[in-house]
Amino acid sequence: MKELLSQYFIYWLILVLFMIGPFGMIYKKNLVKKLMAMNIMQVAVIIFFLVLGQKAGGTIPIEIHGLTGVEHYINPLPHALMLTAIVVSLSTTGVALALLLLIQRRFGTLEEDEMLRRMNQ
Amino acid sequence: MDVNAVLDYRPLWAVLVSLAAAGLILLSDRRPNLRESWTILAAFVKAAVVYSMLPAVLSGTVFETTPFYVAKGIVLHLRVDTAGMLFAALASALWVVTSFYSIGYMRELDEKHQTGYFASFAVCLSATMGIAFAANLLTFFVFYEILTIATYPLVIHKRNEEAINSGRKYLVYTLIAGQLLLIGIVWVQLLVGNGDFQAGGFLAGKASTGVLQVIFVMMVIGTAVKAGVMPLHGWLPAAMVAPTPVSALLHAVAVVKAGAFGIVRVIGYVFGPRLLADIGVASVLAWVAAFTIIVSSLIAMNQDNLKRRLAFSTVGQLSYVVLGASLLTPLGFLGAMYHIIAHAFMKITLFFCAGALHATHHIDNVSQMRGIGRKMPFTMGAFAIGSLGIAGLPFIVGFISKWNLALGALQSGQWIFIAVLIVSAMLSTFYLVSIVYIAFFKDPPEKAQHGEQQDHHGEHNGDHHGGHGTNQGEANMAMLIPLVITAVVSLVLGVLPNAGGNFYELAAKAAQSISGGNLLGGGW
Amino acid sequence: MREQLPALIVIVPLLTALVTPLIAYLSAKLLRAVVTGAILVSNLSAMGALLRVLAEGPWHYRFGGWAPPWGIEYVIDPLSGGMAVLISFISLVVAVYSGPFLKEDTWLRKGIFYALYLLLTAGLLGMVVTGDAFNLYVFLEISSLAAYALIASGGEKATVAAFRYLLIGTVGASFYLLGVGYLYSVTGSLNMADLALRLQPLTESPAVMTAVLMLLVGMAIKMALFPLHGWLPDSYTYAPPPAAAFISGVMTKVSAYVLLRFFFFVFSAVSGPVPAALTVLGWAAAVGIIIGSVMAIAQSDFRRMLAYSSVAQIGYIVLGLAIGNMYGLIGAVLHILNHAVMKSCLFLVAGGVKWKTGEHTIEKYAALCRQMPLTMGAFLIAALSMVGLPPTAGFFSKWYLALGAIEAGMWPYIAVIVLSSLLNAVYFFRVIEHVYMKKAGPKPAEASGSGMELPAAMLLPIVLLGVGILVIGILNESIVTQILQYAIPGGGR
Repeated sequence: MKELLSQYFIYWLILVLFMIGPFGMIYKKNLVKKLMAMNIMQVAVIIFFLVLGQKAGGTIPIEIHGLTGVEHYINPLPHALMLTAIVVSLSTTGVALALLLLIQRRFGTLEEDEMLRRMNQ
Repeated sequence: MDVNAVLDYRPLWAVLVSLAAAGLILLSDRRPNLRESWTILAAFVKAAVVYSMLPAVLSGTVFETTPFYVAKGIVLHLRVDTAGMLFAALASALWVVTSFYSIGYMRELDEKHQTGYFASFAVCLSATMGIAFAANLLTFFVFYEILTIATYPLVIHKRNEEAINSGRKYLVYTLIAGQLLLIGIVWVQLLVGNGDFQAGGFLAGKASTGVLQVIFVMMVIGTAVKAGVMPLHGWLPAAMVAPTPVSALLHAVAVVKAGAFGIVRVIGYVFGPRLLADIGVASVLAWVAAFTIIVSSLIAMNQDNLKRRLAFSTVGQLSYVVLGASLLTPLGFLGAMYHIIAHAFMKITLFFCAGALHATHHIDNVSQMRGIGRKMPFTMGAFAIGSLGIAGLPFIVGFISKWNLALGALQSGQWIFIAVLIVSAMLSTFYLVSIVYIAFFKDPPEKAQHGEQQDHHGEHNGDHHGGHGTNQGEANMAMLIPLVITAVVSLVLGVLPNAGGNFYELAAKAAQSISGGNLLGGGW
Repeated sequence: MREQLPALIVIVPLLTALVTPLIAYLSAKLLRAVVTGAILVSNLSAMGALLRVLAEGPWHYRFGGWAPPWGIEYVIDPLSGGMAVLISFISLVVAVYSGPFLKEDTWLRKGIFYALYLLLTAGLLGMVVTGDAFNLYVFLEISSLAAYALIASGGEKATVAAFRYLLIGTVGASFYLLGVGYLYSVTGSLNMADLALRLQPLTESPAVMTAVLMLLVGMAIKMALFPLHGWLPDSYTYAPPPAAAFISGVMTKVSAYVLLRFFFFVFSAVSGPVPAALTVLGWAAAVGIIIGSVMAIAQSDFRRMLAYSSVAQIGYIVLGLAIGNMYGLIGAVLHILNHAVMKSCLFLVAGGVKWKTGEHTIEKYAALCRQMPLTMGAFLIAALSMVGLPPTAGFFSKWYLALGAIEAGMWPYIAVIVLSSLLNAVYFFRVIEHVYMKKAGPKPAEASGSGMELPAAMLLPIVLLGVGILVIGILNESIVTQILQYAIPGGGR
């Protein structure tokens, strides 16, 4: 049991974070909170990729003189990919916030049910 | 079986002529005379193209053309064999006549939307040619559905509530039928790969009996809806809301005959009499047809609206064709195919008369027709010929096909169908010839109060525009001459079945090719 | 230059998008010319690439000369080349159409609209030509973000719809990324061709199964496959007409393409988790087709009706994938082409009607055939095609799908295809009845007897697409035998 938790703890964390996403988007009424849930979901995926690059006993992938051999450095590729993914997440958040700004200005509220009520009047 | 296949583009021209005309008609919206002349021109050209192929087809040549591929592995295949020639010759000849009649009818009533009407009509005839000349199932289906769509604007022509509802009914019936036919065609395509029609059928041995039965049922339902076989006939009486030339050409000749022709193709050129006898479904169809013949006649007797009565008569008469084909005997096929011709001429005469009555005197019901024969002797005379022909009187063309159908029933050993034919003849006399009696021998009601009394005795052949006042005489020339022509043709063909287009010979040759040989043998 | 065609396809719209706001500041005419020119260049490049690929075989273009699997490569094969031509063509047509809509806007709005439009085009084109799974994710997000913004520009309800689309779409993209992550974890590669090789011995691995599941869910969300279609109706209804036309015509199809690419070219379609996934997809598609058609019947807003119709139509494509044999795949890919043209044409018509009369409810479409004969003519052709009547294009995709379904013995699918054709007829003929038959309401007669029913920039695309539907229908055999046959994987199941 302990091994299950310690060895795979990171995966459980990722799973929890990933679940928060849809859960938050469905159950939270505030639009900003929905957005935050979406962000958390994206973070879960990012962490997943990073975990893939880990190696036991590896260090950051900047060359240390004299230390050659891939087993000493963790895989840099997922990190590079995730930089891209973070930028994507950032842009998405930016667009979403812009939309929320428009919604706030027009409807005066960011609570979903109130907003829908005002929209359908 | 003819083996002289010749590459010739005339089948394609026959189809395209009226498509081009439809385009020109749409462009000539502002000039009615120019617009009408396109229709007339196209009708003559189409008939000329079709009849130019007649001598060669009679001598055994088969014209075909495959202009392009219509789907992967399947060409758009147009081929003029005897059966196709028969249908095409009929449709194109009658379009010439109906065009003149249409013009007279539309102008007499000063109808709206005439451009759309004439354009749709042209497209319908194009599709009919395509159906006649289609050499494989997919080509047939493409033109079949085009016909469905092109007749829709004609059915809803009046644009009122009733017309729209009838249009919906028409679409429901025909689209569902189309889908069933499509499944059948797709299935055949998978079984055989090349769905080219072949006299005597090509499906033998390609699948299990159960599968073949299911395919047959689907394809027959698909075509039987257009052919008005009961209980799939519901759209036809509703479609009578269309202007009478539409009812005349399309619902007595083109659309319903396309359905009947389709059944002939399915029975004779896809399955073949031998295979159908083996799997046994054709006899069910024969009984359904017999049922339709009797019941439709009974319903027809109850209809007061003239066009509805004629519609139910059409339902019954079309089932003669279906019956003949499902007897699977050579003379049955002959009778069926000749009846396509015979019924067309007789029924179109009757509808032309109905239209003349409506346009000239605004008479729609039989009860209003007392004594009308005195005012419209030529019209009612033609009506008489048509009625007697439908009833099967010798020396009118209807008798010839009935005779062959009866012989076909004899050939198949099923005497009961002869009884059906006889009963139906009696019922037709009741519901059609009685109209003639009412028209000539009953006294007319009190003189109509509106309109000035025009003191004309005998026939009045004037060209009255804007028929809002009651005309006291005959129909105008543009309507009268066509109906007289078709009535006379019915008489002539009754005596000389081969006059004009060698129809009888075409039908005989087609029947021969389906049955693979001797017409007078007991079948195959 | 000839060698760089694959890159041009994506880069030209991308770079032009960056300079568009600046050009908008300088001159409106120049803006239109530049935008149209950029998309035209992209379209011609795509056509050139496709022609070369049809003659010589798939084209692997390496960026920066880095060889895969370390470098990113673009792969043009008949399928991706065909999709690229389709996307750029629709983009071009709608770009021309959008001119009059933006005429009164400020230079800033114009510049930004076209910038987003070009980004969307570049993103979609990138999705189809790329050969790298992660690169696809990047382009997926580029196109999605641009789409969210474009949709939001349609007004207040559109903004809300766009926000919801954003949330759901990002969830879908995250699923996709997670799937790619699983694939990377077992193969160490992101290049699609390389993945295909490395996955061959791994078909039973749980990681691969999870990957398939993730990809399925992710793309199903982006495709609006039932039951994950909730974002679509509002987005398509409230988006501004040019955006609606382009997005509805193309975006969901590209997601379907991604599914096709992964399930048939990367994974093995005959063993492992993919056949089960396809079966599930098939059922979802079948239900979606029926429900989409039924919902469409219930709508009174023309655009919302078209939106639900799109939900149904994407079902056809997925159905073709689920059928999996040659005819099914041909039907699916042909339907991608057909539906793109049909749906774009229909949304263009909706926009045109809105422009002319300001209406978008079906009842208010009464007697439009008088005012807008050509537009309604194109609508008629598109409607007949959606119902599936020959000789329009829509009939032929159904023909191939039906062939495939019967050949595979999948009878429920045949029933679904037939039933949906009839349901489509119900809601389209209802509109046809209104357009051609009902009497026009008492409308203040605008003195616009002058000239044409719509500005030429709007009318021309509508008529072009309408005629195109007929042309595709009549020429479908050439399209199938010369392009599509090579596009599908050899026979599928």
